[in-house]
Amino acid sequence: MITLNVNGDQHDLDVTDDTPILWALRDVVGLTGTKFGCGMSLCGACTVHLDGKPIRSCVTPLSAASGKEITTIEGIGASELGKRVQDAWIEQEVVQCGYCQSGQIMSAVALLKENAAPSDQDIDNAMSGNICRCATYARIRSAIKLAAGQPAAKEA
Amino acid sequence: MHMLPETQTADTTARGDVSRRDFLKLSSGLGIGLLLEFSLLGTACSKLGIGSKQEFTPNAFIHIDQDGVVTIVAHKVEMGQGTYTSMPMLIAEELEVDVSKVKLQHAPPDDKAYGDALLGAQITGGSTSVRGAWKPLREAGARARMMLIQVAADEWKVRPETCYAENGEVVHQPTGRRVPYGDLVEKAARLPAPTAVTLKDPKDFKIIGKPVHRLDAPSKVNGTAEFGIDVKVPDMKIATVSASPVFGGKLVSVDDSEAKKIQGFQQVIKLDNAVAVIADHMWAAKQGLAALKITWDDGEHAGFSSTSLRADIAKASEAKGAVAKKTGNAPGIIAAADKKLEAVYELPFLAHATMEPINCTVHVQDDGCDIWVGTQVPVVAQMVAAQLTGLAQDKVRIHNHLLGGGFGRRLEVDSVAQAVLIAKQVNFPVKVVWSREEDIQHDMYRPYYYDRISAAIDEHGNPEAWQHHITGSSIMARFFPAAVKDGVDPDAVEGATDLQYAVPNVYVDYVRHEPPLPTAFWRGVGPTHNIFVVESFIDELAAHAGKDPVEYRLALLKNAPRAKAVLEMAAEKANWFSPLSAPAKGKAGKGVSVLFAFGTYIAQVVELEVDADQQVRVKKVVCVVDCGYTVNPDTVRAQMEGGIMFGITGALWGEIHFDQGRVQESNFHNYRMMRMNEAPVVEVHLVPSQENPGGIGEPGTSAVMPAVANAVFAATGKRVRKLPIATALTTA
Repeated sequence: MITLNVNGDQHDLDVTDDTPILWALRDVVGLTGTKFGCGMSLCGACTVHLDGKPIRSCVTPLSAASGKEITTIEGIGASELGKRVQDAWIEQEVVQCGYCQSGQIMSAVALLKENAAPSDQDIDNAMSGNICRCATYARIRSAIKLAAGQPAAKEA
Repeated sequence: MHMLPETQTADTTARGDVSRRDFLKLSSGLGIGLLLEFSLLGTACSKLGIGSKQEFTPNAFIHIDQDGVVTIVAHKVEMGQGTYTSMPMLIAEELEVDVSKVKLQHAPPDDKAYGDALLGAQITGGSTSVRGAWKPLREAGARARMMLIQVAADEWKVRPETCYAENGEVVHQPTGRRVPYGDLVEKAARLPAPTAVTLKDPKDFKIIGKPVHRLDAPSKVNGTAEFGIDVKVPDMKIATVSASPVFGGKLVSVDDSEAKKIQGFQQVIKLDNAVAVIADHMWAAKQGLAALKITWDDGEHAGFSSTSLRADIAKASEAKGAVAKKTGNAPGIIAAADKKLEAVYELPFLAHATMEPINCTVHVQDDGCDIWVGTQVPVVAQMVAAQLTGLAQDKVRIHNHLLGGGFGRRLEVDSVAQAVLIAKQVNFPVKVVWSREEDIQHDMYRPYYYDRISAAIDEHGNPEAWQHHITGSSIMARFFPAAVKDGVDPDAVEGATDLQYAVPNVYVDYVRHEPPLPTAFWRGVGPTHNIFVVESFIDELAAHAGKDPVEYRLALLKNAPRAKAVLEMAAEKANWFSPLSAPAKGKAGKGVSVLFAFGTYIAQVVELEVDADQQVRVKKVVCVVDCGYTVNPDTVRAQMEGGIMFGITGALWGEIHFDQGRVQESNFHNYRMMRMNEAPVVEVHLVPSQENPGGIGEPGTSAVMPAVANAVFAATGKRVRKLPIATALTTA
């Protein structure tokens, strides 16, 4: 048995400790907001926070989460910053298909935690690991700036 | 957005009696256990109520309960294009309800009730949703409103003309009396639907044309949105698959002795051309699959490569094609012309790479089959499952879901068929999830096209004759054979036959050539292929004539006022005639394109830089759209932004390679996607228009590819005639 702490809840899981956090969350705990996209840490759809830091859960084994706190998209809205980012996403009409947006939001919240006023370059650095096939990038940028209390538009 | 559990038709078998009602069993998600009878759109309404509550279901799209809660059945699936907001807007406009408060329900499979007016079937594709539903859904809303007003007027013993509807209530104008819809539904349910219906004058629209927040957004930012891959069914197991790496290969044998040692492993399922491992969770399934020792019979296609495929199609293109368009005598004039230009354009195979990998959950039982999937073609999925299980079609229940991207991939049911064949071998529900590698290597690919194009040039440098000879796979011949007439696939030539430029002699023909691998539609379908060729070649003609690409096009658009208008506006908004400032390093260029497709006119101007290593960086795209009446303007903008970047991704980097009958790309490290740091600024301008709506999901993609290539030409002098651009620039 492995104990996993997710969004403040303890889960005892009967899986091996090399199981990626992604599959433990989705198929064992039953939290499907965290998405599978590539399985190789290439797309960022599976991003969750481990003790507040963004990680790619598709390549991070459960053993790495021992004694630590995982936060997922289902739990991120409980924080003031998480809620602010989610609201900014709605305000800027970011989502299209929406599949990658859990990971985008988790990456964005992690960025804003470390850097309350990110520049375009900071946003590029923090967000370029998250692929959006609908290419909502400009709106993600605007939403991050909105959540940071900055003017939303990026100059051409 | 509240996505309710889907409705299910309890009887959808084909029947000759068209007046017979379809039965709609509403699930407990509506808070009741009713079996409601609903009529087809536009026919008389009746209903069968069970239980204490009487509710109002005047047609296949609208349901109003006694609390006044409006549920709209979504006949088009949401894959990002905004249809789960635009369709309710059309209904709510005439029904006079607050669109932000409606509930949505995925439609069950039913071509008759939910078939698209343009496509003739329940399909989400071809940028048709608003075009097809523009009138029928407003009429559906108007009819329901008229019936509710009638009931209120009868109650008040006044004429219906003295009443109006507003925000879910009927109001008696002279007295100001009001009654909410919920109080009227019981009696409304017993009224016949009105035959005549008058739609609002567009100047009175309160919802259509105004920005409405996407109804699906809240669930997509908090993790509660349920995509097909998120389905949870009691006792469900997870499977992942490996199909024969060579197209058409067969499974010979499997040794699962190592896989059995993996915790969570359940069993191996063998199919003719694939192996699946079923496990307690995806990790065990993946590990189990990796631990199998599989022997394949590669079959007859183990030899082909990208090089051989290209040689095959080039050879095939030497044949005379089926004539798709013939005005005047283009071939004769070009053959005899003193001045002419000829070129060959090639477009590569492409994968779709939806962010949500392919998946399908199936439970096959003796007396029925349940399928949970996000599909653009629910009826086709139902039919295929019926065939494979031997069940009657109405015993197959399709539970549709949000799609994590479609782009044409989910118009196909290959993975549904595969999942059914797996589920048939077990007595529990199984969710089949493809790895990204399986998704890329067993896609159904956008075909390779090989186009020969030529023009005879008059003394002014304009094309006097135009000949476009297209060679490629016919997706339609497989997908919808009846659409192929006299050898012409209308999709393969779309965007080539309806040339907007005034050319007196035009000849377009098509040679069908099938590669030994499956092909399918890709965002922008025919126009994404043909507009690239047409708009690249017109740019070549402008350069040949020594004219400005915009001025050259404008002169030839004299008979196409809407195309001309978007181009003029794009040139102005993009400061086309002002030179770009030189970049710090490398070269800069601007390129233009004009598109008419899906009922929509678009002009785009691309600004980009090419560095010393021939890497292209698109800086800015100005996009002017005339798509007629816009339902949700911000959705049009969003589709242009996303469609443009999707197209730039394809134009710059998109190509699937083959060797020894196998796909070489496997994941995002070698099938490159645009990322945040590479995204250009996209500036969208909407042309106010009272014309009927055009499609918006695809044309942004189709228009941008040639604009990028034309800008590369402007920057470097290199004409890219073979996509992708990155390869063309680094290998020439």
